[in-house]
Amino acid sequence: MNIVDRRPNPKGKSLSNRQRFLARARVEVKSAVQEALRKRKVADVGHGEKVAIPTRGITEPVFHHSRRTGRTDLVVPGNKEFVRGDEIPRPNGGEGGRGSEGSPDGSGEDAFEFTLSKEEFLDLFFEDLELPDLVKKSLKDTTAVDLQRAGYTVTGTPANLSVPRTMRNSMARRIALRRPKLPELEALRASLDEARARDAGEEEVEQLARALERSERRSKIIPYIDPIDVRYRRFDRVPRPNTEAVMFCLMDVSGSMTEAMKDLAKRFFMLLHVFLARRYRHVDVVFIRHTSTAEEVDEETFFYSRETGGTVVSTALDKMLEIARARYSTDRWNIYGAQASDGDNYGADSSRCVSLLGGEVLPLCQYFAYVEVGDGMGGGLSGLSRDSDLWRAYSEVAPAHPHFAMRRVGDPAQIFSVFHELFAKGGVRA
Amino acid sequence: MPDTRMLGAARLEAAETPLFTGPNWDFGGLRRVYDAIERIAVDELGLDFYPVQIEVITSEQMLDAYASVGLPLMYRHWSFGKRFAYHETLYRKGLQGLAYEIVINSNPVICYIMEENSMTMQTLVMAHAAIGHNHFFKNNYLFRQWTDAEGILDYLSFARDYVAQCEEKYGVEAVERVLDAAHALKDQGVNRYAHRSRPNLAEERRRNDERRAYDEATYNDLWRTVPTTDKDKQDPGLAEKQRQDLKRQLGLPEENLLYFIEKRAPRLEDWQRELVRIVRLVSQYFYPQKQLQLMNEGCATFVHYEIMNRLYRGGQITEGSMLEFLHSHSSVVFQPGFDDPRFSGLNPYALGFEMMSDIKRICEEPNEEDREWFADIAGCGDPFGVLRHAWANYRDESFILQYLSPAMIRRFRLFHVADDASKPALRVEAIHDDWGYRRIRSALSRQYDLSRREPDIQVVDVDLTGDRCLVLAHFVHDGVLLEDKTCRAVLRYTAALWGYAVKLLEIEAPTDKVLKTYEISE
Repeated sequence: MNIVDRRPNPKGKSLSNRQRFLARARVEVKSAVQEALRKRKVADVGHGEKVAIPTRGITEPVFHHSRRTGRTDLVVPGNKEFVRGDEIPRPNGGEGGRGSEGSPDGSGEDAFEFTLSKEEFLDLFFEDLELPDLVKKSLKDTTAVDLQRAGYTVTGTPANLSVPRTMRNSMARRIALRRPKLPELEALRASLDEARARDAGEEEVEQLARALERSERRSKIIPYIDPIDVRYRRFDRVPRPNTEAVMFCLMDVSGSMTEAMKDLAKRFFMLLHVFLARRYRHVDVVFIRHTSTAEEVDEETFFYSRETGGTVVSTALDKMLEIARARYSTDRWNIYGAQASDGDNYGADSSRCVSLLGGEVLPLCQYFAYVEVGDGMGGGLSGLSRDSDLWRAYSEVAPAHPHFAMRRVGDPAQIFSVFHELFAKGGVRA
Repeated sequence: MPDTRMLGAARLEAAETPLFTGPNWDFGGLRRVYDAIERIAVDELGLDFYPVQIEVITSEQMLDAYASVGLPLMYRHWSFGKRFAYHETLYRKGLQGLAYEIVINSNPVICYIMEENSMTMQTLVMAHAAIGHNHFFKNNYLFRQWTDAEGILDYLSFARDYVAQCEEKYGVEAVERVLDAAHALKDQGVNRYAHRSRPNLAEERRRNDERRAYDEATYNDLWRTVPTTDKDKQDPGLAEKQRQDLKRQLGLPEENLLYFIEKRAPRLEDWQRELVRIVRLVSQYFYPQKQLQLMNEGCATFVHYEIMNRLYRGGQITEGSMLEFLHSHSSVVFQPGFDDPRFSGLNPYALGFEMMSDIKRICEEPNEEDREWFADIAGCGDPFGVLRHAWANYRDESFILQYLSPAMIRRFRLFHVADDASKPALRVEAIHDDWGYRRIRSALSRQYDLSRREPDIQVVDVDLTGDRCLVLAHFVHDGVLLEDKTCRAVLRYTAALWGYAVKLLEIEAPTDKVLKTYEISE
């Protein structure tokens, strides 16, 4: 008998099979992923996900007998009451006495459920999207620098002294030049003392004394650490791409925004958050809601509390500018804005919005998206019979700013496609 | 080997102290326990098995092994990924525990045990898999006939490399297409009977010469002058004869669909044929297992039960371990009734174990009924001899037909239900009474008969000179047709392999009446 411990063997033996499986079920998994996203909160959206996909694309059919034809004989255990000739009503759906040989793979339209890892989930989700202008911004605004180790140098500040490297050089030099070691000197000294103590021959003492003197001189000439041994750690200053992003969620919560509209907005914000979280090490989310005044709130309040009042959109933009200037300087932060509204605005305010947006907000932002949510009734997009005030106003700004986009969303099914449009690789901008 | 026997006996008597205490296992302990188990198996039970290699694995590796249908290495295919995802989800949810072991029928037998098992469980697993299954693998006639225990691992490693090479050369998708299609036919890709050996050229020549010599020796010019009937010259008859000849040359009818496709499909490339062959051979490897599930598990369960009890009696395991073992054992051999929500068919562990225990009882303490039913073995006093014979020479179907006793039928309260689709209700045909015993026994035996459980599908004709349409036939018994949807899907795969149209006729076996026809054009 032979015992082998296989536990240290490399893991993930079936990883490539899994990838093949996912590739095979790509379409189904993708739609399941989108479905799954509907139910999530903004913050916890980036976790792995259990998905159930229809078995359509991944069945492995084999020939098997139909259950609905002909005559089958079954022998089953557990008879309590039946005698020969009894009739048992036919159980539904292969239950009861006849569940024994159902084919696990061939039958029906069951959903196939399994768990995707976080990476797999997000990969599928953002398969062909990219962040607009990321590269440009990183190059443009790289005022922040990082120090990066870049080997060793012979000059530098004491703080950067590399002791191991210095000692290594020192040791090599000492060995090469045969500098007497301390124990050797001690031994020499001791034997000289001992020779003197026991009144050894003149010649021997003389010899030892000379050897000691030679060694001592040698260790004096050859220093323990020479300036040529010294090494300093060298640092290069490399421009640091901004790895932090802040996302401003602006939403109109005035009475005209229905729950359905808010839900649409929430989904859009959620997508944006996950998307940013994938590109940046750290993403802050700032929620600003506004009626006729704007305030910064937490997520719960943002999405779920009810407000009434008029609508002055520019207050939200003001608030955003205020917060951005106070807390998020552009040299460290990539700023993204997303605004959701039903398009209503206080008549005279729209022009102010335009000037704010074009003049101050957009220059600050990496990207700003405006989503106008409809109520989902009356055929979605086409139901918006006329352009809203805000839409018309923002339309003026849009042509001059490629990193500003505006879209309309009528019902949840469109969210993903709108998002997709906004961030599609090399996609069109409004 | 008398030496080891004596040594073993001496050790047994001396073993007052248990082999292990506490739940933790270590490699020394595993070895000690295995040695003790092996001694019992060889000396007391008279078992004969392959050498064993025990491999300790983690639960994740166990899931890996699940995914590749229990084999240690396998070619790559998405369906294994699917299986992995499926089991992983169930396992993580806690819906499904992992098997304690997986055992591979190779030489040496490889037995996977999981690291999280307690020492008692490892003992149980070794007795179950490394001894029980092992003995069965080595001795049962089906395994001996169909499974090449020496070569399987080498073959699998060849298969994996070959598939990988093909993927590199022809692309993953192209390979996947062939494998998908071949997988759909894998149940129809086995030889159910040993083929006659392939004639070799020298042999054929010799026979041909003999035949000619005979013809020359018995030549009589007179025969030439006998007028022949016009029938031979008639075209339809001749064509029919040629057709029959051709069919014979092609070896039709052929029940091994994959074999036929591998050899005859007109459009396959060589590498595609080789892929089909790989699927076919792997399927053939599993063919005996499908017919031996009940016996295989029964044998292993019975053996582990015997061994554990003997270990306990010899003082080699503690009472605590014995209780842990009994707990696990009784859940393994639990058989819920048909109306229980946990019911999912007859539990092969339960039925197999109980039947074998019953045989032991019949051999040792028979009653009147047993003497009547099993005159040859009742009271013979050699239960292991009888069992070893049964393990070696039966499969599930014949084992039940031979050994299912009335006592077992009563114990499981088996009853026979007829499900006729044309009737509104099921009908109880037999229960555990004098009238019903034999009927239940033969009905249960039929239920384990693979040739009845799986559709009987054969290649019956192929028009190689015409449109090259492949004609399959499903021989319908008791009016049970094929499931329509999956049948079409499989036929599409078949057509993809064959390269031309495929037709399937559902033929009522007793009357040759065609009940239904499927046609899939390429």
